[in-house]
Amino acid sequence: MKNDDGNSLIGGFEEHLIELSGVTKVYGEGQGAMQALRGIDLRIDKGEFVAIMGPSGSGKSTCMNILGCLDTPTAGTYTFKGVDVGQLTRNQRALLRRHYHGFVFQGFNLLSRTSALENVELPLIYRGMSLKDRHDHARHAMEMVGLKGWESHTPGELSGGQQQRVAIARAIVTEPAVLFADEPTGNLDTARSREIMDLLAGLNRDQGITIVMVTHESDMAAYAKRLIHFVDGLVSSDKLNGGKEI
Amino acid sequence: MLWNTILLAMREIRRNVMRSFLTILGIVIGVGAVITMVTIGGGATLQVKQQIASMGSNLLMISPGKRLGPGQSGGNIPFKEADAEAIARDIASVAAVAPVSSRSSQAIFGNQNWTTQVTGSDNQYFTVTNRAIRDGRSFSDSEVRAGSAVCVIGETVRSKLFGGQTDILGEKIRLQNLSCEVVGLLKAKGQSSMGMDQDDVVVIPLRALQRRIAGNQDVAMIQVSVRDSASTEKAQSEITQLMRERRHLGPSDDDNFTVMDMKEIATMLTGTTQLLTTLLSAVAAVSLLVGGIGIMNIMLVSVTERTREIGIRLAIGAIEREVLLQFLVEAVVLSSFGGLIGIVLALSASVWVAHILKVPFVFNGPIVFVAFLFSAAVGVIFGYFPALKAARLDPIEALRHE
Repeated sequence: MKNDDGNSLIGGFEEHLIELSGVTKVYGEGQGAMQALRGIDLRIDKGEFVAIMGPSGSGKSTCMNILGCLDTPTAGTYTFKGVDVGQLTRNQRALLRRHYHGFVFQGFNLLSRTSALENVELPLIYRGMSLKDRHDHARHAMEMVGLKGWESHTPGELSGGQQQRVAIARAIVTEPAVLFADEPTGNLDTARSREIMDLLAGLNRDQGITIVMVTHESDMAAYAKRLIHFVDGLVSSDKLNGGKEI
Repeated sequence: MLWNTILLAMREIRRNVMRSFLTILGIVIGVGAVITMVTIGGGATLQVKQQIASMGSNLLMISPGKRLGPGQSGGNIPFKEADAEAIARDIASVAAVAPVSSRSSQAIFGNQNWTTQVTGSDNQYFTVTNRAIRDGRSFSDSEVRAGSAVCVIGETVRSKLFGGQTDILGEKIRLQNLSCEVVGLLKAKGQSSMGMDQDDVVVIPLRALQRRIAGNQDVAMIQVSVRDSASTEKAQSEITQLMRERRHLGPSDDDNFTVMDMKEIATMLTGTTQLLTTLLSAVAAVSLLVGGIGIMNIMLVSVTERTREIGIRLAIGAIEREVLLQFLVEAVVLSSFGGLIGIVLALSASVWVAHILKVPFVFNGPIVFVAFLFSAAVGVIFGYFPALKAARLDPIEALRHE
C-alpha cells in the first residue's frame, strides 16, 4: 500500500517534533456545544518529558487525544514532524500512529485472554515484522519494563501496575518518536504509581524517548522535565520543572 | 499480510474457545440437519424407484373406480372373475392375468395368532407379482377351480405362527372360519415401496376367499403382466376398450375403472416420498435458520468486547481495512469449520440412519454445497457487519464503548 512505510508521510524539514497552533475542539453543535479547547499553541521537541496538568474538564485529555492522532481538532493546525496532520486521511493518521506513536491509556486497554507477550507484539504485527523478530523485540520491551518472566500471563493474572507496564512495553516496543501517556497512574495506588513514573522517567533519560503525559497529580508531574497547566481549554502556564518559564 | 491476518484470526479463535464453540454449534446443527434429511429422503425416493423397477415395468393394475391411489377404490362396481378371464382370452399381448381380492384376517396356529393380509387369487398371481415359492408348491388347477382350503404363506406369517418350526408343509392354520392346509412358503421379499411387509401375506385360491371369508363374488383388482415384446400402452388401451364394453359404458360415459401402469404408480409413489422429503427438509431448513440466529446472537453479544478490541487495534495503528480483514477471516474460518463439521456429522448420521431404515445412501452434492454456503454466509454476515460498524468509529469512541 502507498505510504505503508510511513516515511513518505514525513518531509525532511522538521523544526519541532510537535507543534500546535490555535487548536480548538468543540463537542456538539449549536447551543449545547462544549468548547473543550479554546486555542492551544504548543511546541514539544525531541527528548522532552512533558507533563500536562489541569483540573477535570480543562481539556488536557482532549489535547492528548489530538496529539495522539486519535481525535482531530475542530480548527487550528497540528504539525507532527513537519507534517500537517489535519491534511491526512484517517488511514494515514493510523499509519502515523503505527510508525511514530506509542500510547499508554489510563485504563490499560490490553486485549484480555491474550498473553502479555502477545499484547506487546500486537503493534509489531501491523508493522509486518516476522514472528521471530516480533518475539525478540517484545521480550526486550518486557525486560525494559521489568516484566521478564511474566510473558505468558494474561492481563487478568497481572496486577494493575503490571498491566500498565505491559501497556508501556506495548507502546515502546516500536521505538516510537513520542510516547503519549494519558493519566498512566490514574488507576494505581501511590507505590505502583511511583514505579510507573520511575519507569517512564528512566525511559526518557536512558532511551531518549520523548514523553508527553497527562496527569492531575502534581506528585507524578514532578517526574517530568516540563510542566504545562491547562485551565478551561487554554494553556495557563508552561514552565520547566524547577520554575523557569518557557 | 493475508497470511499474517489468517494467523491472527486463528489465534483469536483459539483464545475465545467458548464463543467460537457456540458460534460453530449453530452452523453444525443447521448444516447437519438439512443434509441428513435431504440425504435420507433421497435414499428413500431411490429405494421406491428401485423396488418399482424390480416389480417390472410391464405390470398393469386394473381397479374399479376413477383414478385414485391404491387402496382407495371403494364404492364402485367391482370386477368379477369373468372379467379377468376375458382379458386373458381376448388380449393377445397379455402374459398373465391375476384376479385379486384381499381381506385382513387373523391367522391362528396352535396358541399363536397373527393378523395378516389374506389374498385370494390363482397361480398367475405369483407370476404377475414376481414371487417365487421357496418350499412346497403353488395351487393345483383343481384347488383353484374348487376354491380348496389350501394356502401359500409368507415368511413373516411363518415366523409369527410357527416360530422356529421350519417343516410347516401340511400344517393347518385357521383363517376366520376356514381351516386351511399350508402347501407352500413364499421366498422372502422384504419391504415394499409403501413400507409394507410383503412377506406378511397368506395367499389362498380366489374362490376360497370369496366364499369362505369375503362372502361375495367380487374381484377387487386385476393385475396383468404384459408380454416383454408387447407395448404396455397398447395393452392398456386394449384392456380399457374391453372393460368399457364389458361394463356397458356408452361413448359419452367416463371410465368407471382405472388401468394404471407401473410408470404411473411409480410417479405417484415417488411423488409422495419426494413430498415427504421436501417437508422434512423444510423442517431442517428451519433448524438451519435457528442455527443462523444463534450465530447472530453470539456475534452481537460479543460486539461490546470486540468494539473495545477494535479500538485498541486502531489506536496502536491498525488501519480499518486490516481490522476488517481480520474479522472477516475469523468469521469465514469459524463458519467453514462449523460447516465442515456439520457435513461430516451429517454424512455419518445419514449412513447410519440409512442403514437402520434399510434405504440406500445417496450423496447429494448440491444440498451439501447450499447448506454450507448458507451457514457460511450467516456467519460471515453477522461476524463482519458489527465489526464493520466498530471499525468505522473513531478509535477513542471504540475504546470508550461500554
